[in-house]
Amino acid sequence: MNMRSRLQDSILSWRDAHLGGFLARLPRQRDKVRGLLLGTRARYGLVFTVLVYVLLIVIGFVYLFPLLFMLITSLKSPGDLLNPMVQWVPSELYVGNYVKAFRVLDYPSTLLSSILVSVVPSVIQTIVCSLVGYGLARYRFPGKHLIFALILATFIIPPQNTIIPQMLTYRQLGLLGTIWAMILPALGGQGFRSAVFILIFYQAFLSLPQVLEEAARLDGASEMTIFARIAVPAAIPAYIVSVIFSTVWYWNETYLTVVFLEGGIQTLPMQLSKFVQAYENLYPPGTVNILDRLNEAVKLSGTFLNILPLLLIYFVLQRWFVESVERTGIAGE
Amino acid sequence: MKSPGRPRFSLRHRTRQALQGYAFVAIWIVGFAFFTLVPLVQTFRYSLNQVIVSATGVEETFVAWQNYTQALFTDPTFVELLIEYAIETAVSVPIILIFSMIIALFLNLKLPFKGIFRTVFFLPVVITSGPVIRELVSQGATSLPQVAQSPVVLEFLAQLPPVLRGPAEYLMTSFILILWFSGVQILIYLASLQKIDRSIYEAAAIDGASAWQSFWKITLPSLSATNVVVAIYTIITLSHFSENKVVRYIYSQTYDIKGGIGYASAMSFLYFGALLIILVAAYLALQSRVRKT
Repeated sequence: MNMRSRLQDSILSWRDAHLGGFLARLPRQRDKVRGLLLGTRARYGLVFTVLVYVLLIVIGFVYLFPLLFMLITSLKSPGDLLNPMVQWVPSELYVGNYVKAFRVLDYPSTLLSSILVSVVPSVIQTIVCSLVGYGLARYRFPGKHLIFALILATFIIPPQNTIIPQMLTYRQLGLLGTIWAMILPALGGQGFRSAVFILIFYQAFLSLPQVLEEAARLDGASEMTIFARIAVPAAIPAYIVSVIFSTVWYWNETYLTVVFLEGGIQTLPMQLSKFVQAYENLYPPGTVNILDRLNEAVKLSGTFLNILPLLLIYFVLQRWFVESVERTGIAGE
Repeated sequence: MKSPGRPRFSLRHRTRQALQGYAFVAIWIVGFAFFTLVPLVQTFRYSLNQVIVSATGVEETFVAWQNYTQALFTDPTFVELLIEYAIETAVSVPIILIFSMIIALFLNLKLPFKGIFRTVFFLPVVITSGPVIRELVSQGATSLPQVAQSPVVLEFLAQLPPVLRGPAEYLMTSFILILWFSGVQILIYLASLQKIDRSIYEAAAIDGASAWQSFWKITLPSLSATNVVVAIYTIITLSHFSENKVVRYIYSQTYDIKGGIGYASAMSFLYFGALLIILVAAYLALQSRVRKT
């Protein structure tokens, strides 16, 4: 007993003398490693961070998979397409598909009309929606709730419930197939997803301080002057977001364009949707050799040419795209 | 000098303000009347008629509800497509909601390079158009790589009862497509996450709540209103999409000799009704959850 306790004492004193500092530090060291791996209140742990990044990268890859698939397939030569060994890396950079797709899509002309058909209604829609949003945000009048309800209704009502009478009217007026069929609804604040843009501007104008406007009003400025000189410059970001989004949505909208423009203006997505037919007009199936037959690589080249302008816009202006939703205040409704 | 508190002045001021407000909104009211209300009523009238469009004009023959009964009881395709649409929406909306919420939670963390991921997840919003999606689907680019074609999955699908097989197959072939519809939703969730007061989390942490508990007790309840907004936005986007099967069928019938504008209009209204039912169902489902928490 005595022996043992003396032994213990000596071991303990030896330990304190030689390892004391280390052992005392050990729990703290352990906490540090634990904190590094699993996180502390102040920062995320390594395990957690790595896990999140792995998940994000995997999901991001799945997300981009269709685009990668499209890009790679579109660069495959007819030989590569038939070769089962070639899956992800084409044996050569073959641009022949793009040359064909370029011709089939009639690219310069359809690109130009796509730009026209998306930018012009988008600018008009933006101007009109900003006026309406300003009116709703800055003035008190009876029936405002009803107007909000109706704006929401225009967002919900499917386009096919209102499009046919419009189409017949335009047909009667000889406007079918012209850009006026797209401009007129936008002019009345009934363009493609106008409700969203009215809400964007409502939110933007609501958050502006009213002091400047009141000062201008006291100085005798008219309401229109106040809107144009004070409110509009302060809401420039909302205008940019609105024009960009509206342009992209008009570009991608095919239901309206097919009904209103078919037989007249040809946009890129419209031409893409009858790609097979257009291809066979240019390269009649019986007359071309087997390598010039329509294959998925040519189709996907056409698809890629179709989204290329949008991709360029997106990468140049992406800040505006991703910040847009925060600006709209949709989340805070 | 007049004092603004006097009732006469304030009444006049209020009237003037109302008139100015109407002046700003007038263009929308006129537009609504001409491009939404009148066409909507007109479409409804067409739906009660047999409509023949000729070079000279539009001929209508009144047939009462015949177009509707034809769509619901005679046409086998329409009802089938409508049911398919309802099932696909019921499958997609929860997936989109949960997926976009998870991604938003990740992107709300303080991590370097999260901007890159935000850019990636929003990209589909910019490029999604009907013809592009149709090409990608027809090339099999929207199914999970290597998963949808694997023999295990095909075997599994064959074992499922027919009721579940449809949705499961849809899930397999269009999984990426469903995720592609989450771009705007992720940003809506991100915006609401950023609005949650940080001090609530700090208070909870001081009381000993773990991150997991904070998520269920603070984050999720704070997002309940956002869930409703996101669900409604998602349902409408999916239903209006030009590649939607019902939309395509209605479009094809519009120019069909057998169908025609009257029949297409009737189907449009039936579709609109189905959309409203789905919206109300989603609203009630999410609203009841709001009350519980």
